Amino acid sequence: MHKIKTIIHKEWAEVFKNRMVIFSVIFMPLLFTAIPLIMLYAMKDTGTTEGAANEIPPQIAKVCDETLTSGECFQVYMVTSFMLMFMMTPMIIPVNIAAYSIVGEKTTHSLEPLLATPITNIEFLTGKNLAAVIPAIIATWIGFIIFAVGATIIAGGKIAASFLNPMWLLAIIIVGPLLAVLSVNFSLMVSSRVNDPRVAEQLSAVIILPLLLLFFGQMTGFIFLNQSLVMVIAVLLLVIDASMVYLAVRLFERENILTRWR
Amino acid sequence: MIHTENLTKQFKTTLAVDRLSLDIHEGEVFGFLGPNGAGKTTTVRMLTSLIGPTSGKAVVNGFQVGTQDTDIRRTVGILTETPGMYDNLSAEFNLEIYANLYEVPNPKGQVEKYLRMLGLWDRRQDEAGTFSKGMKQKLAIARALLHEPRILFLDEPTAALDPEAAHLIREFIAELRKEGRTIFLCTHNLDEADRLCDRIGVFKSQLLALDTPSRLRSQLFGRKVVFHLRKSEEALAEILRPLSFVSDARVIENKLLVTLDDPELHNPDIIRVLVGAGAEITFVGELRHSLEDVYLQLVKNA
Repeated sequence: MHKIKTIIHKEWAEVFKNRMVIFSVIFMPLLFTAIPLIMLYAMKDTGTTEGAANEIPPQIAKVCDETLTSGECFQVYMVTSFMLMFMMTPMIIPVNIAAYSIVGEKTTHSLEPLLATPITNIEFLTGKNLAAVIPAIIATWIGFIIFAVGATIIAGGKIAASFLNPMWLLAIIIVGPLLAVLSVNFSLMVSSRVNDPRVAEQLSAVIILPLLLLFFGQMTGFIFLNQSLVMVIAVLLLVIDASMVYLAVRLFERENILTRWR
Repeated sequence: MIHTENLTKQFKTTLAVDRLSLDIHEGEVFGFLGPNGAGKTTTVRMLTSLIGPTSGKAVVNGFQVGTQDTDIRRTVGILTETPGMYDNLSAEFNLEIYANLYEVPNPKGQVEKYLRMLGLWDRRQDEAGTFSKGMKQKLAIARALLHEPRILFLDEPTAALDPEAAHLIREFIAELRKEGRTIFLCTHNLDEADRLCDRIGVFKSQLLALDTPSRLRSQLFGRKVVFHLRKSEEALAEILRPLSFVSDARVIENKLLVTLDDPELHNPDIIRVLVGAGAEITFVGELRHSLEDVYLQLVKNA
């Protein structure tokens, strides 16, 4: 545990001296928090539009309960679609941190002396993982808290309650960290196997694609995100994460990394 | 302290290390000489358990490479080819990271000890990236010593340093030698190897030669003694050639060059014979081949 803490401490001391990383950790969650809040603010007046839920398209009506007007329901639909961005934060931030931390080790030739210490692969990778995952989770949760407070102030408690339902809490508290773990381990696996650090960064970004599909699927009405689907996604991610962690440890071959990265 | 038997490393089609067998004793400074790409760094990486051998056996500090790798890494120190410091972290923090990874009992105390010993204490808060090459190398040596290893692997410790910095590093290595540490020194600098090493292995994928610097010279070129004469006399060489302990004798201008195995034992006999033959000897000295001559000859023949 002592060695893992040392790796985390070192990673943060190093990574957070990089302005690009600080920018991505602070700016991105703020942006993803601001977009739904701005949308909510812009649609504030449409909430007063009277009408039954059945006057609006069925894929929109699905996200609302009967107590909401059609205008309020439309607000909830639009904002919940953009709330998927909160799921992007825990994926994008760790890619930046993990990619930088590994590329940094490569460019400064610091990996060899580090691997020459008695640290095990599991300790090394756990340290790298947590150093990237923890800031991503904290940034996501802080962003969501700001959103929750802002939504309540802008739209009132009735509409805010539609966003702050168990499904979204499950998504933010459980799915978010699982996505962060997936993202970091994918980056570590890619970095362990390719020769060129730039290729590592670019390939690592591919992990965001499935989430983008979910985002556009929900926007176009092909996919309807509900509590059951989020539960299924959480279980699937748990299995995928376990496999990814196992693979990342297996694929982390010191010899390969030391002799191929020149 | 270090024992290898037919240690071999093959990378796909390249045979980097071919059946290396050697024994390095406690407190010995062992010089590992070889051209670029000879497999020196690969050997160091195997002996520090960074990479595994393809075949053969290596025991370092009583631990077997391949099965007790963590124990090996815990008990040896390594100075890698490039210092590999974290440039945007302070010198002190760089060392603290390693003191913690090596689980040094008093990390801050050890860091202070080596920063002071290497004259970097006043710059401890400065980022390593602001250091000169020599200072970075000193910092990397401090890093390798934090956990007080009995075996130290130094891969090209003075490469790319200016003469003054290189001199300071060599003096420090000499200090470490006095402390009784076993040092495995990879170097291109033959003068450095000559001055610091008890034994030298000349290596180019295979071990080409292994002995003390002076024995390597005598094995390859024999030992030569030069007798400076008042005047040149070819006949003196002819008088010496039949002697059983003389391998060769020739006169070049007013110098008589004699090749023999043991000058300390036979020089008095030669002087007696020469004086008896009427030679006037003005000066006697040994003609030393440089280690560079030995190295070039061995590598050329490989």
